[in-house]
Amino acid sequence: MGASLSALAAVLAGIPIIGYLFGPVRGRAGQAWIKLGEVARFPEGQTRLATYENPFRVAWDGPTAKIACWVRRVGNEQFQVFAVNCAHLGCPVRWFQESRLFMCPCHGGVYYEDGSRASGPPPRGLFEYEYEVRNGQLWVRGGQLPTLAGPV
Amino acid sequence: MPKITAALRSVAGWLEARTGLAGAITPVATHAVPRRTASWWYVFGSATLTLFVLQIATGICLALVYVPSADQAYQSLQYLNDSAAFGAFLRAVHFWGSNAMVAVMTLHILQVFLFGAYKYPREMTWIAGVFMLLCTLGMAFTGQILRWDQDAYWGLGIGASIAARAPFVGDTLVHVMLGGPIIAGRTLSRFFALHVFVIPGMLIALTGLHVWLVLRLGVNEWPMPGRLVNRETYRARYEADVQRDGVPFVPVAVRKDMVAAGVVILLVLACAAIFGPNGPHGVPDPTITDAAPRPDFYFLSLFALMALLPPWTETAILLVGMPVAIMILFAVPLLSPTGEKSWRRRPVAVLSALLILLVVTTLAALGVMSPWSPVMDASTALATPVAYVQGRSPLELQGAIVVQSKQCRNCHSLGGEGGARGPALDGVATRLTRDQLIRQVLQGGGNMPAYGKNLTPAEVNALVAFLQTLRPANQPPARTPVAMRPPARAE
Repeated sequence: MGASLSALAAVLAGIPIIGYLFGPVRGRAGQAWIKLGEVARFPEGQTRLATYENPFRVAWDGPTAKIACWVRRVGNEQFQVFAVNCAHLGCPVRWFQESRLFMCPCHGGVYYEDGSRASGPPPRGLFEYEYEVRNGQLWVRGGQLPTLAGPV
Repeated sequence: MPKITAALRSVAGWLEARTGLAGAITPVATHAVPRRTASWWYVFGSATLTLFVLQIATGICLALVYVPSADQAYQSLQYLNDSAAFGAFLRAVHFWGSNAMVAVMTLHILQVFLFGAYKYPREMTWIAGVFMLLCTLGMAFTGQILRWDQDAYWGLGIGASIAARAPFVGDTLVHVMLGGPIIAGRTLSRFFALHVFVIPGMLIALTGLHVWLVLRLGVNEWPMPGRLVNRETYRARYEADVQRDGVPFVPVAVRKDMVAAGVVILLVLACAAIFGPNGPHGVPDPTITDAAPRPDFYFLSLFALMALLPPWTETAILLVGMPVAIMILFAVPLLSPTGEKSWRRRPVAVLSALLILLVVTTLAALGVMSPWSPVMDASTALATPVAYVQGRSPLELQGAIVVQSKQCRNCHSLGGEGGARGPALDGVATRLTRDQLIRQVLQGGGNMPAYGKNLTPAEVNALVAFLQTLRPANQPPARTPVAMRPPARAE
């Protein structure tokens, strides 16, 4: 009797604790459309850094609420928007306009301007955002840390 | 004076009559240990414990000021560095103390391994010790996250990217680890809780277990070649040896422990005073993309491994190889619970330990140099060596500009400056012919991107003309190899 009552109490106390710890998992469904700015900001044929605020931010995120992405304007309304996170281990890749390559400072992953893998350890090309152009504004769908398990 | 002594004695007597603590502790402190274990080789365990106590003391001090909030952690660290009395020094002691703790713990593990101390009946002492090693590395990782700078932010990115490789549960792991969809405020709070509550609690409990086992089973005797561990006879023999030729732990054996504890603390204080605290390095703003993240030294070998492994083996090594390696570490006393203890009769054990040490330190050294990382500012920061532009034709000079402006030197050095991902370009003309150079530039290969789409034919022409000048005056240029004739058959 005493043991089963204690066990019941332990289960009842344990459920909310486990649920609390795994709470963030449900957040996966959360992806939001984010405005990156006017299309005119991104010259055709060029790749530019754009920043936005994490749509799922909390008040105490500070500088980490900001997220960066690389926007390549291929044609008039045709874009490619890449996550800055290298597909290998997530370090920030940098764009080199002259050689038209993205390079990663951590383990030397290199990508071509269309995001495809050029050399180094990355197992795939850069993570690409879904995008839309609405009324002259560029929108992307994001809000998650891009990884091999869950691209943006 | 005698009056004060008498008064103190009566207070002590009053306390002892009620608590009985001295009566309980004295026999434990003065228990007999094998005479030869009062040795400098046996001080590393207590030195690690001393450092752990120092970490707790300085850690509590830092927690009095540190704000575990993503928007203010960085400022609170700067306040500790710049304004709080002794703040910078205590941060430095905590940082150097953590380095020392990992280092001295490693010495302790090596000593215990080479002296066969993990063998019967001390298997559980070793297993508890491996858990303590994992906890200490966990403290090291979570601690560098609390520094909440660019290295911390991207270090979390690396951790999440590794977790994401787990099949089926990767995405769940990432979200549980980050406490949200992305690295941000909730992530720091999680790592703060891990660093100051969860892991230290586990470490204190494990330390209690570890010390209890040492007291219960006795300090491992000095291993003698030929004296084998046998389950039936070991304990009686150990007891008899200690009875016959033991020395009390306090005050005999403990002297060297106290000297070692003093030395490690003084070394940590000296390092803290000379080198100061580590960071924070740069605001953790992920839109600053010119960050070049590096882990603290304990994880440099892992960092190097991730660059040097063939990419297709990485996931398997991370998710299978590492857990298997940790399981083997746990299983050491179960794999060889009896037999020889002396390192003189255990060549495989000694060679394995040396091999592991060599691999880890070599990888860590490579991690410091990280030759696989492009030099990200080479095209703007490095000058083309004067000798390589003197007396060159206009076309060749144009090629030198291509080398400079197209970031070739991010990966290739010239005159000893530049990246080391690809081969140095000095002397490239002695290795590759004109046709081979053109092919390499256009198609890439051997871990080089193809530049075919990124260079105009005129640029390729100039670049190759310049590269062809890169050879020492006394060495001939590369020539197209002539097909080898089959060797003449011996008659």
